Amino acid sequence: MSGPSTYVPKWGIAKWMDARLPLPRMVYDSFIAYPVPRNLNYFWTFGGILMLMLVSQIITGVVLAMHYTPHSTLAFNSVESIMRDVEYGWLIRYMHSTGASFFFIAVYIHIFRGLYYGSYKAPREVLWILGCIIFLLMMATAFMGYVLPWGQMSFWGATVITNLFSAIPLVGETIVTFLWGGYSVDNPTLTRFFSLHFLLPFMIFGVVILHVWALHVTGQNNPTGVEVKAVQKDTVPFTPYATIKDAFAMICFFVVFSYFIFYMPNYLGHADNYVQANPAVTPPHIVPEWYFLPFYAILRAVPDKLGGVMLMGAAVVILAFLPWLDTSKVKSMRYRPLARQCFWAFAVTCVVLGWLGSRPAEQPYVLLSQIFSALYFAYFLIALPLLGLFETPNKLPGSIAESVLSKIKGGSAAAVGAAAASEPNTKG
Amino acid sequence: MAEAKATQAGEPTRRDMLFLATGVMGAAGVVGVAVPFIRQLAPNAQTIATGAPIEVDLTPIAEGQGIKMFWRGKLIFVRNRSKAEVEEAQKVNVASLPDPQADSARVKPGKEQWLVLYGACTHLGCIPGGSAVGEVRGDYGGWFCPCHGSHYDTSGRIRKGPAPANLPVPPYAFLNDSKIRIG
Repeated sequence: MSGPSTYVPKWGIAKWMDARLPLPRMVYDSFIAYPVPRNLNYFWTFGGILMLMLVSQIITGVVLAMHYTPHSTLAFNSVESIMRDVEYGWLIRYMHSTGASFFFIAVYIHIFRGLYYGSYKAPREVLWILGCIIFLLMMATAFMGYVLPWGQMSFWGATVITNLFSAIPLVGETIVTFLWGGYSVDNPTLTRFFSLHFLLPFMIFGVVILHVWALHVTGQNNPTGVEVKAVQKDTVPFTPYATIKDAFAMICFFVVFSYFIFYMPNYLGHADNYVQANPAVTPPHIVPEWYFLPFYAILRAVPDKLGGVMLMGAAVVILAFLPWLDTSKVKSMRYRPLARQCFWAFAVTCVVLGWLGSRPAEQPYVLLSQIFSALYFAYFLIALPLLGLFETPNKLPGSIAESVLSKIKGGSAAAVGAAAASEPNTKG
Repeated sequence: MAEAKATQAGEPTRRDMLFLATGVMGAAGVVGVAVPFIRQLAPNAQTIATGAPIEVDLTPIAEGQGIKMFWRGKLIFVRNRSKAEVEEAQKVNVASLPDPQADSARVKPGKEQWLVLYGACTHLGCIPGGSAVGEVRGDYGGWFCPCHGSHYDTSGRIRKGPAPANLPVPPYAFLNDSKIRIG
């Protein structure tokens, strides 16, 4: 997809640099000349949005670390001091805390985009697995970050999640003691979580570089799932087409993000976390942040401690095996009438699981959690493996260009070019 | 298509509109974000609050002795100068000093015995010794900075060494004969 480089250094200094460290060539090949399928819709802008969110979280996080004190007796007050005393501290903290939620909103859209258009299938398996690793790292980072304000939710969230490891037979208790650095969640836990919360985003950044590298080797998938056949006909250069479109989508995303920061910064959080951690009192209703709720529901669906932990872990890990669980050769759900319905059923299942995760652990929610957990796994273990064998897909277009051109009737050649980059969201 | 026709006629298109709107929003966002990220570096409200003026009781300071205290994180020297020290400070030929300043400009009228100074060497910020009795006071009987050998006289003026300026006088006022307020 990348093909031979078409970069020609113009100035003397560019030639000098190109012969020593061809960084401008890499930027040119990756972000200017790089061919993108001409039929990408707005769901393909979320990769860029996620990159921006990661940078935003790192910048705001580094600033917060300047004002934050990682100590169990001082952390809560230092966060309050950020909110009240530090100039614009309230804004930077809200950017960071709301940013975590918006990071997950974007990553879930990004993941479901991949699920719908079959972006995980050959030759993009490694690209997909790297994405799964990023998702896992994000969850670890978000969890540890939520502990740092040392409020009630921080403390009890940390207690519950670290206690998951105690389910491991024989060594469970020892592992938990080592996670805590003591006999309960306390100052040693807080300081190590702070250190790791600072480290992990940079590890994410490293995996993101591999993710983008893998993307640029295979090229992007597209709404038809048909691979690029003729670069001239099927693709447009990254700049200006994708850059402008990504920039527009980023701005729109940040407008919504800003609305939350300025008008409802605590909407996605819990009021209990504005009460300082108290190891003697657990809040009556303890739930994780919204982005963990579906997995939390799966955890609670199983009456057995070890079983629940394993099933929750499996719910995340199973994503990495998706390239081999889906047996269909057809990538895009646009051309898979039955799989498409299963996909939407799966999407609804995830939302329902999220809602169930926010409910108290009592009937009928437990039973419903069990049913929907089964549906969650059925998509991966029953629907996708079998549909590939029994489903008759619709006819695929011969090429990306053909699918685009067939939509435009009576357009001139110039109009086709303009329409290619501005195709509206197509739901298949 | 209308869009294509508009382009041919040189008129702005819907795409130009989106391009401009995106650019303006992006620029506004960058500026809007730059302000808080720079302002957060400023002293916070707590730091400002702890920088309020302080009162110092002079009664316990005997003649010839000095005390040290912090105000806004900076060290302050208060010295009760002896008559000889005051005279020595006053009789110096001001024009011959590296940083010419009369002793009278460095004390309050009628309170010549009291010298109040910022206690950081004007060279590179070390603390000159000489406040306490027994510390090395340098060639001019005031303060001596051990880092790079700057000698200050009994008025806190630089006399010898690399420091470029006299020890500055902080803002202060006498509340009564035995009490001052710094700040």
